[in-house]
Amino acid sequence: MIQEDMLITGQRSLADQIFELKLRGKLAANVSEPGQFVHIRVNGQSGSVAPILRRPISICSRDRAKEEITLIFRSGGLGTDLLKEAEPGERLDVLGPLGHGFPVRDIHDMKKAVVIGGGVGVPPLYGLSAELVKKGVSVLSILGFRSAKDVFYKKEFEELGETVIMTEDGTSGIRGRVTDVLDGMDFDVAYACGPLPMLKAVQRKVSDRPLYISMEQRMGCGIGACLACVVHTTDQNDSKGYRRVCSDGPVFRAGEVELC
Amino acid sequence: MLAVHLPGLDLKNPVMPASGCFAFGAEYGNLYDLNKLGAIIIKAATLEPRFGNPTPRVAETPCGMLNAIGLQNPGVDKIISNELTRLAGYDVPIIANIAGSEMSDYVETAEKMSLNPVVKALELNISCPNVRHGGITFGTVPEIAAELTERVKAVSKKPVYVKLSPNVTDITAMAQAVEEAGADGLSMINTLLGMRIDIKTQKPILANKTGGLSGPAIKPVAIRMIYEVSQKVRIPIIGMGGIQSADDVIEYFLAGASAVAVGTANFADPFVCPKIIDDLPEKLKAMHVTDINELVGRSWKACAKKNESSLR
Repeated sequence: MIQEDMLITGQRSLADQIFELKLRGKLAANVSEPGQFVHIRVNGQSGSVAPILRRPISICSRDRAKEEITLIFRSGGLGTDLLKEAEPGERLDVLGPLGHGFPVRDIHDMKKAVVIGGGVGVPPLYGLSAELVKKGVSVLSILGFRSAKDVFYKKEFEELGETVIMTEDGTSGIRGRVTDVLDGMDFDVAYACGPLPMLKAVQRKVSDRPLYISMEQRMGCGIGACLACVVHTTDQNDSKGYRRVCSDGPVFRAGEVELC
Repeated sequence: MLAVHLPGLDLKNPVMPASGCFAFGAEYGNLYDLNKLGAIIIKAATLEPRFGNPTPRVAETPCGMLNAIGLQNPGVDKIISNELTRLAGYDVPIIANIAGSEMSDYVETAEKMSLNPVVKALELNISCPNVRHGGITFGTVPEIAAELTERVKAVSKKPVYVKLSPNVTDITAMAQAVEEAGADGLSMINTLLGMRIDIKTQKPILANKTGGLSGPAIKPVAIRMIYEVSQKVRIPIIGMGGIQSADDVIEYFLAGASAVAVGTANFADPFVCPKIIDDLPEKLKAMHVTDINELVGRSWKACAKKNESSLR
């Protein structure tokens, strides 16, 4: 993990309130797993104190050759509204890569993976899917959004494998929720990232095969010191009884932590 | 130039991370050499392990943040066996923050901690706003604070610094009460009780509803309180609240602090403590100050001198 003033190499709007940001720097080389995140100081070059806390944003993908990471975030908050105004050529104070991502090293006997994403939880699954495909795993992506205006990265996921788009109002893809189409799907391992109700529903459906979930939580330090982002372990006899989303996670094996 | 000597604490510089913002140093120790720090005030220890409050535990505010962690810690015994053993490898004084629900908890925890050779001083947390029992009541009633200080002093093998709550009407009364009870120093200030409400859900953001406000937003409150208290007590004050630069450190010294702790700023910039330490000598040189101790209370000392001369 390093702190670096990374160069913004691109910023574009992908969907309603959804932005894609590209950052170049040494930090990119340190990314070890898809699903890790960066902690960004969003006060820009203003020198302003506010906002005081960094913003955790998951890494969507990493281009080792270009020394570049791609982030996708949703605006609408104090920090993300500032971040969407950041322009190519400017620099951003970035701490990372942080946390533990999706385990992709021990997948030798896995042939088929399903990735399940909801809204702004979709981005880390793109880097994951790319990594899995590189390792010869076939990836089925089930991506849920509220409405057609919220859909992003459809083409990018389709290039990696079969992709099912779901919207709550049916304006794009299939009407319904990601869990509606999980029954009868053929896969060896599942990965999910999205809102808590979605993760809970996925965990109920995928009980017979390995499932990894990426959690979201309000964070302070982002490196495991402040204990703002803790979650209970499901194992009552666990020696610590909790996990830190920022440093023990954000990705956990399903059942390791309580989803509440 | 930066060395500071306080009861139990020979500090190479007066800058230390504040309790609760630095855990037990392991995470920040991966980022820089902890030996650079003046001292480390480790996260509060209680007699039994505590999980703390439900999440969300933090909420950002203008120029600050609210937290309601709820004293999560593995308990004094595990802290001693795991954390202090690791910290023993550093050449940096450790100040152990002690919290509890009952007076007897504090006493037992303080005694255990003070026996450890790594611990150079105790910081008595009588001001955590985020636990239902104890904490805050110990910090708002001078008689109770004094009794607790006396009982902890009776068992502690190390100097005791009492961390005062700003959530009181008269901070000097609290300070004087614990000084009379035998406190070796003061830590000022703990967080200010606050709340944020989410306008979408129309409910408080923090699961605990209220939380402790920290960060630059509270610095003027801390400066004022240290300015007042330092003129009324003879024991040294470790100042804290919103410090994020060498200039802030100097302001705290001028108010009457003899050392400082940095809390929330570690989250914005994990390297802030070493940066401040590196920046201080140049700042002092520019002020023609050769020893940072010269600055302690200068804001009111200079004022007192002027009054004297005008009387003559």
